[in-house]
Amino acid sequence: MVPVLLSEWTKVKTVRSTLVTLITAFVVTVGLGALISFFSNSNFSKMGASEQASFDPTSTSFSGIFLGQLALIVFAVLVIGSEYSTGMIRATLAAVPQRTTLMVAKVLTVLALVLPVALLTAFVAFFLGQSLLGSHRTHIGDPGVLRAVFGMAIYMTLIALFSLGVGFMLRKPVLSLGLLMPFFFLISPILSAVPKVKTVAHYFPDEAGQRLAAVHGSTSIPYGPLEAFFICLAWVAVALAVGLVLLKRRDA
Amino acid sequence: MIEVLELTKRYGDTLAVDRLSFTIPTGVVTGFLGPNGAGKSTTMRMMLDLDRPTAGSVRIDGKHYGQLREPLKYIGALLEAKAVHPGRTAYNHLLWMAQSNRIPTRRVDEVLSLVGLTAVAKKRSGGFSLGMGQRLGIAAALLGDPKILMFDEPVNGLDPEGILWVRNLMKALAAEGRTVFVSSHLMSEMALTADHLIVIGQGRLLADLSMNEFIDQNSHSFVRLRSPQPERLLDLLTANGMSARPDSDGAFEVVDADPARIGDLVAAHGVTLHELSPQRASLEEAFMRMTADSVEYHTGAMPTHGLSGALPADEAAEPPPAPAPASAWGADWRSTKGNKKKES
Repeated sequence: MVPVLLSEWTKVKTVRSTLVTLITAFVVTVGLGALISFFSNSNFSKMGASEQASFDPTSTSFSGIFLGQLALIVFAVLVIGSEYSTGMIRATLAAVPQRTTLMVAKVLTVLALVLPVALLTAFVAFFLGQSLLGSHRTHIGDPGVLRAVFGMAIYMTLIALFSLGVGFMLRKPVLSLGLLMPFFFLISPILSAVPKVKTVAHYFPDEAGQRLAAVHGSTSIPYGPLEAFFICLAWVAVALAVGLVLLKRRDA
Repeated sequence: MIEVLELTKRYGDTLAVDRLSFTIPTGVVTGFLGPNGAGKSTTMRMMLDLDRPTAGSVRIDGKHYGQLREPLKYIGALLEAKAVHPGRTAYNHLLWMAQSNRIPTRRVDEVLSLVGLTAVAKKRSGGFSLGMGQRLGIAAALLGDPKILMFDEPVNGLDPEGILWVRNLMKALAAEGRTVFVSSHLMSEMALTADHLIVIGQGRLLADLSMNEFIDQNSHSFVRLRSPQPERLLDLLTANGMSARPDSDGAFEVVDADPARIGDLVAAHGVTLHELSPQRASLEEAFMRMTADSVEYHTGAMPTHGLSGALPADEAAEPPPAPAPASAWGADWRSTKGNKKKES
């Protein structure tokens, strides 16, 4: 296991896309979050009463994840997808024919790389966002706030692992990205606005992730942060499990 | 030792590999020969556990490939050139492979110098030529200092210098006692390197024999005769129990004949000869004859003897086969096939 981990670590650190996608995820999430925090502060008086009442400064500072997660998805998909698009997967499987070992090594590599980036992103986005929210800010010591910041980092990590699982399933990066990008960027947000479908859409990973990274849950989401964590985890587990079954069964 | 047992691979309705069984002898170069689409690459991928066999199995020293710990130390394989991430350097590509099988890092520098890529080791492999990519693939195969090496069409796309290098490398590896298994669709290439031959066509085993046996069985000799008095020559040969067949440019061929005897005979009867030359049929033709029935895609009828212009437009009227070394696939296949019908 250790040699394979070392090998996977060498793989991710020796391609440019790793640095580019992870920096993009950080910059976009923090930058967009700061921008939205700034405008929320200046426009606070124009918000409706109910909006003001349910205003969550923590999740406002995390608004950039809506776009930033796309870079994380690209990173995770490329970890496996680039091997299929270049044909390198055959060299990989010839070197490591034990499929489960290979997948575990890739999961741990993504985890080891994304978790620190996610923690850094979450805390920087939080503190920068709060500093721009002026009088509407919250404090890290307030009830539920620290949990929400960690929730944000966990959501970012789980999204990457979910994408890795989808990457294992669909193999070609174009296919994986063609499914994941519209899903997180368009389909899920649209479905969550449609009546009836909405109740199902609440259990999509991004909806659960929003709950995970919020201090106060919105009234429409019928579960708490702990349940949200397990919903995200279930998506990850299913994606990786299906990915592993297909990896074992299919021709490389 | 590698044993392939009843190996079968089915894609939908097509049988790519059909109950293939053979054993690869140790310490020699074994040529794995077959026309394009014969199932060579599929077989090799199944040997490395990359593709799942529909039935049958492959045993490497009695083990399944997936059971090998650190398999690069057992088998090194070059399956396709440039199966590398274009953004990664040659050094880093070999580094991750070495790490995955606990191969010492200094081995990376060793194989890079062995294949002559030291100067570009820190360059991204995306900019490599096909030949450099092939060398990198060979470096990867040699990385674990394995006893068994597998090369799938290693000379494809190489320049003459590269081809010579690969040829000598394979011989050198076998001389060190390693088992070398190399696929090709070119008999001429195999004739220069292989000690043993495994020939397949449409996924089925056609031959499994030593190179010497193959040459003895297939490279028959014939005598080419050219005369301004063809009728007299033919009568003379027939009268002496030899059958001659005309070739495409007006000469005659007598199979398995003694050139000295023919020379004496025509001299005694005063027949003028413009040519009397002993010839050997090429191994390439023997290979094509062997695989003729199993070629997946035949080329259309083309006037292959363009210069002589002797080929009639009507295919059925094509003259009996001329083992002309310059003839192309399709024409040869058709003529040999036609010939077989006549013989039977």
